[in-house]
Amino acid sequence: MRSLLLTGGRVIDPSRGLDQRADVLLQDGKVAAVGVGLGTPDGAEVRDVGGAVVAPGLVDLHVHLREPGNEDVETIASGARAAAAGGFTAVCAMPNTDPVTDNQAAVGFIVRQSLRARSARVYPIGAVSVGQKGEQLAEFGELVGAGAVAVSDDGRPVKSSHLMRTALEYARTFGIPVADHCEDPTLAAGGVIHEGLVSARLGLKGIPAASEEIIVARDLLLAELTGGRVHLCHMSTRGAVELIRRAKERGIAVTAEVTPHHLTLTDRACEGYDTHAKMNPPLREEADVTALRAGLKEGVIDCIASDHAPHAYDAKEGAFDDAPFGIVGLETAFGVGHTLLVQEGVLTLPQLIERMSTIPARAFRLSGGTLQPGAMGDVVVLDVSTPWTVDPTAFRSKSRNSPFVGRTLVGRAVLTVVGGETVYDAEAAQAR
Amino acid sequence: MTAVLGKDLIGLASLTPEQIRLILDTAEPFKDVSERPIKKVPALRGKTIVNLFFEASTRTRISFEFAEKRLSADTVNVASTGSSVQKGETLVDTARNLEAMRIDMVVIRHPSSGAAEFLGNRIRSNVINAGDGKHEHPTQALLDLLTLRDKFGKIAGLKVCIVGDVLHSRVARSNIWGLIKLGAEVAVCGPRTLLPRGIEQLGVRVIDHVEDAIQWADALNVLRLQLERMEAGFIPSVREYYRVFGVTAERVAKAPRALTIMHPGPMNRGVEIDSRVADGPHSVILAQVTNGVAVRMAVLYLLAGGKPELADAAKGAAVPD
Repeated sequence: MRSLLLTGGRVIDPSRGLDQRADVLLQDGKVAAVGVGLGTPDGAEVRDVGGAVVAPGLVDLHVHLREPGNEDVETIASGARAAAAGGFTAVCAMPNTDPVTDNQAAVGFIVRQSLRARSARVYPIGAVSVGQKGEQLAEFGELVGAGAVAVSDDGRPVKSSHLMRTALEYARTFGIPVADHCEDPTLAAGGVIHEGLVSARLGLKGIPAASEEIIVARDLLLAELTGGRVHLCHMSTRGAVELIRRAKERGIAVTAEVTPHHLTLTDRACEGYDTHAKMNPPLREEADVTALRAGLKEGVIDCIASDHAPHAYDAKEGAFDDAPFGIVGLETAFGVGHTLLVQEGVLTLPQLIERMSTIPARAFRLSGGTLQPGAMGDVVVLDVSTPWTVDPTAFRSKSRNSPFVGRTLVGRAVLTVVGGETVYDAEAAQAR
Repeated sequence: MTAVLGKDLIGLASLTPEQIRLILDTAEPFKDVSERPIKKVPALRGKTIVNLFFEASTRTRISFEFAEKRLSADTVNVASTGSSVQKGETLVDTARNLEAMRIDMVVIRHPSSGAAEFLGNRIRSNVINAGDGKHEHPTQALLDLLTLRDKFGKIAGLKVCIVGDVLHSRVARSNIWGLIKLGAEVAVCGPRTLLPRGIEQLGVRVIDHVEDAIQWADALNVLRLQLERMEAGFIPSVREYYRVFGVTAERVAKAPRALTIMHPGPMNRGVEIDSRVADGPHSVILAQVTNGVAVRMAVLYLLAGGKPELADAAKGAAVPD
């Protein structure tokens, strides 16, 4: 493997509080050195990044890659390439595939497909329950043995409080978090949009904020009861932020994520019945966005995750009630975060990178998220000054369902390196 | 060519007060077409209209069809049963196929909120919303407004209370927009389980007791209670609904003034409304049906490019191209 020397960049490594002009040398798939004026080893490729930001590769704890079962909308390979193009060096694939990733063979399949893709790393998340049916606990030991980094029944909540309790207790043996999709199924049944003024106006069935908060409160109580690690997926309400804040003050082991869209859009995006604004949890209100941003800044919400959810064009081209939930996000996450959070002064750039790399890696105990010498050579070079327009035809993802289409963003990966190997190079992509 | 209302009529939320008044004013001269021995004028001669009904409807479909025929349009009815819709054809494909046959207008009724707007954004023909899910039913609200205007001479300042299942009602939403835009005071009354949370923010007063609504209002618009709502647990029983929220003769008798009674139909007699009220002296329920044809003629005429000031004359001539 050829060594790679990245020169002339602004190196931001939140794991060490580093933000300075420096070179980064990658050797043998690892970070070899970070410093000013590093010499060029023999045979190394030298790349002058010309003032761009060099950071640990971004890490996404929540993506849906649809393989196996729905390979026409995404595969592990296309999802991994989309991730790499978005600056991610590692993503965690949710198990709501078809069949469900609830056994060691299924987890092993994802690991193998990921290795074959030779792009961003794809870490499998196993199911909490067999078939995600919410009845019988899946074999966490075997899932972890095969490579799972967490368990979740995402796509749906763990309905039974007893099962959630058991999962949190049982997961302790393996040191993995239980990631929950927080939604009270009886309150949310049939809902397609946030319950509020917009739902009243559009005549669509709403999902109240309480639907999320009830399960967040339950999960926090169960985490306290069991001492297990709970990870709360895609938080969307101000009430949830408050609940987590209080739980953290009490020392409960909880981590929480929020999506770029819940940080930047409200239910008003659904006006005109735009199915690209239909997601679960639904886009909420301005006050929720404000609270989520504050929570993210303060560390109540730990990190940003894309909840990348590809869907076929035809599925979204229909009535709002009939369209599936979810949007793609891997290729817009950093741009949206940088444009709407950093440029608007909510977070500093190092804070954004910390919440998209260092903190998520730590939450699921993944390698990466750092440029510490000796760490895995997972690095991203980010252009944080050139505006670009979101063009879905340029997506690496097989799907196009994004509410950010046509938006001009600032902030984009120009080079993504995984284990010392370049997996995405914007210049090469341009030349192609 | 259709500047006065735009291309489509999707709902009253997007219309200006002037546009709503224009439709009502245009409906006036069309009223007497239906009173003539020969109920036909050539205003839409040569225009083709498809009535695309994805949901059962008797009153609205027949009303539109009469309006179209009395304007001399050529019409085709498509119902979801027995058409390719049943075979899984998507809404947009159905519409594009119809358009490929060079139709001028589509009247659509669909169980999904937003279906009419979806269609309007994807085809060039004019689209008229004949009811989309729980969203809007603009021609119903327009005929309600026309009926109120006939009765009271004006809408501004009227107190109108919509009684019943507002949550699931497109009629209620369209009425709320139309009434507010024309300066009426609007209240809703019903069990809280059947009122949208936060509806006050639309500028609507919430009245919990139907007795209080009767004291307050000049007119009640009583909505149909669908029996599915009970099965879905929104109300405990039809019996209790009638006892607590039913518009009964005994309750109406306590009104401080003659209380005008409206109902968009079809009625559940003895569920949301007492027959003695529905058939009573202050009921305008059948006048609503009559006005429905005139209002729909006005909407069709205006969307087809008819000049409002020529509506009277149009009774004798085709719309000029």
